[in-house]
Amino acid sequence: MDLIADRGRRVPVEELNTTQLLAHAAQQARQRKYDDMVIVDVDAHHYETEHYSEILPFMENEVLKQLATGGGGVGRRGVVPQSVGYQDMGGRVTRYPLRGSEKTGPGAHRDVQLGYRWMDAMGVDYSCLFPTGMLSIGLHPQSEMEVELCWAYNRWVTEKVLPEGNGRFYSMLTLPFSDADACLRQVETFGDRKGVTGFMVTTVRNTPVHDNAYMKVYRAIEERGLALAFHAGPNWGEPIFKTCNRFLAVHALGFSWYNILHLTNWVVNGLGERFPKLPVIWIESGLAWIPFLMQRLDHEYMLRTSECPTLKKKPSDYMRDMYYSSQPMEVQDMGALETTFRMINAETQLLYSSDYPHWDFDLPSAIYDLPFVSEKAKHNILGGTASRLFKLPPRNERQKANLVKFGNLAA
Amino acid sequence: MEEQFVAKLSEFKEGDRRIVFLKNLEIGVFRQDGQFYAYSNSCLHQGGPACEGLIIAKVEERILADQTSRGLYFSDKILNFVCPWHGYEYDMRTGECVANRRLKLKKYDVVQKGDDVFVVG
Repeated sequence: MDLIADRGRRVPVEELNTTQLLAHAAQQARQRKYDDMVIVDVDAHHYETEHYSEILPFMENEVLKQLATGGGGVGRRGVVPQSVGYQDMGGRVTRYPLRGSEKTGPGAHRDVQLGYRWMDAMGVDYSCLFPTGMLSIGLHPQSEMEVELCWAYNRWVTEKVLPEGNGRFYSMLTLPFSDADACLRQVETFGDRKGVTGFMVTTVRNTPVHDNAYMKVYRAIEERGLALAFHAGPNWGEPIFKTCNRFLAVHALGFSWYNILHLTNWVVNGLGERFPKLPVIWIESGLAWIPFLMQRLDHEYMLRTSECPTLKKKPSDYMRDMYYSSQPMEVQDMGALETTFRMINAETQLLYSSDYPHWDFDLPSAIYDLPFVSEKAKHNILGGTASRLFKLPPRNERQKANLVKFGNLAA
Repeated sequence: MEEQFVAKLSEFKEGDRRIVFLKNLEIGVFRQDGQFYAYSNSCLHQGGPACEGLIIAKVEERILADQTSRGLYFSDKILNFVCPWHGYEYDMRTGECVANRRLKLKKYDVVQKGDDVFVVG
């Protein structure tokens, strides 16, 4: 098939084959003997937007379901809000325009088959599967529709997708965060299902995470021994980002900004004190923002302690109690990255993530090849810590031995 | 130095490319504007197949003398090839990474012998 390059010039390319596209990743995996270590990808994606015909029938409210499905598919693109963006860089990242051309066979769900391909190529043992279009669900103007869509997606992914993954996929399910009561119902309904390791708040939203209404939700997640994740995203429609004329700016700032905002509210309101056993994970903001925010919040806290009486230590100490996914890891200044690893206690708090198949994915080698990271830290970051957190078992004896060696065997 | 057959000249069309293996090397060979270019097929970023993606003109910005911008346009002169994994762009003529020209893909010589095209490495 053809891709369109400059001035309409057509460039012939073969159909997409993920295994072939990632052949170099497979080489890296063999060279580095990834089979010997458990590698957990805490942030990978599928395109649930291509399966609305399977998902929307799980909606409960008949009127809203009819609204979402009655157009025969024509109107479905409008069900979940989508902001303007060019993740594919005009087709330069070829797996976007070619995605539909990739063939899968009979058997497991297409998303499971595609997931196996990239996981096997990268040497990933387990992936936390997140949606793509639903990451913007926080922008939905109708709270009741957000509730319905999250419910439908969560039923579909736990009943139709995860069960076919042979235990290699898990998920932290999307919460309809505009409705705390609905969040609680979904935690109570789905929290004990196989493959559910926690719940996820999409942070492209203007909702205070410290609102009293959410305390019962956090408590319910904590009581179940599950994790709470905050997944960032870009939003060109956010008023401040309307000044930007390049997607690069919206993407670079947005993915960090929303987590900076919500993490700040989480910390200064003492939620780390109120839910000390709740693992909290900040996803897909890179790492460079964390030292900035630690310094900034500590500075203000020392001057304005009276505004945060619930805190018993500095904001940065609470930040070090939480977890961070690694991607997209900023590596242009290796010294700054090393400092970041020190500041966040990466050995125990950093979790490898690929974000595959999105455009700025990271391979495990992004962690494995770092010159300043100890063997123990490599094992922990690439999968040991996540194995312990999510109780994921080793897949062979060598992996088991390494989990034992570094104190991560939990299942 | 070893030579590796790439293609028959008559079958290697303008704008086409081949990926060949020489010892343990993976090399992308392009035919563009009557010239042959050959580079390592391992992206300097994360090792992606740098030579297997889109071939596209470099994007430039038209800045006038008064420093106002008149927008983006495709260069008529400079062609880039793009690693399909993440979008790293390389200058077709030099193998330089467009974002940082100190970074270069390893370049290989291409020779013609009659109707045969070889890469040397």
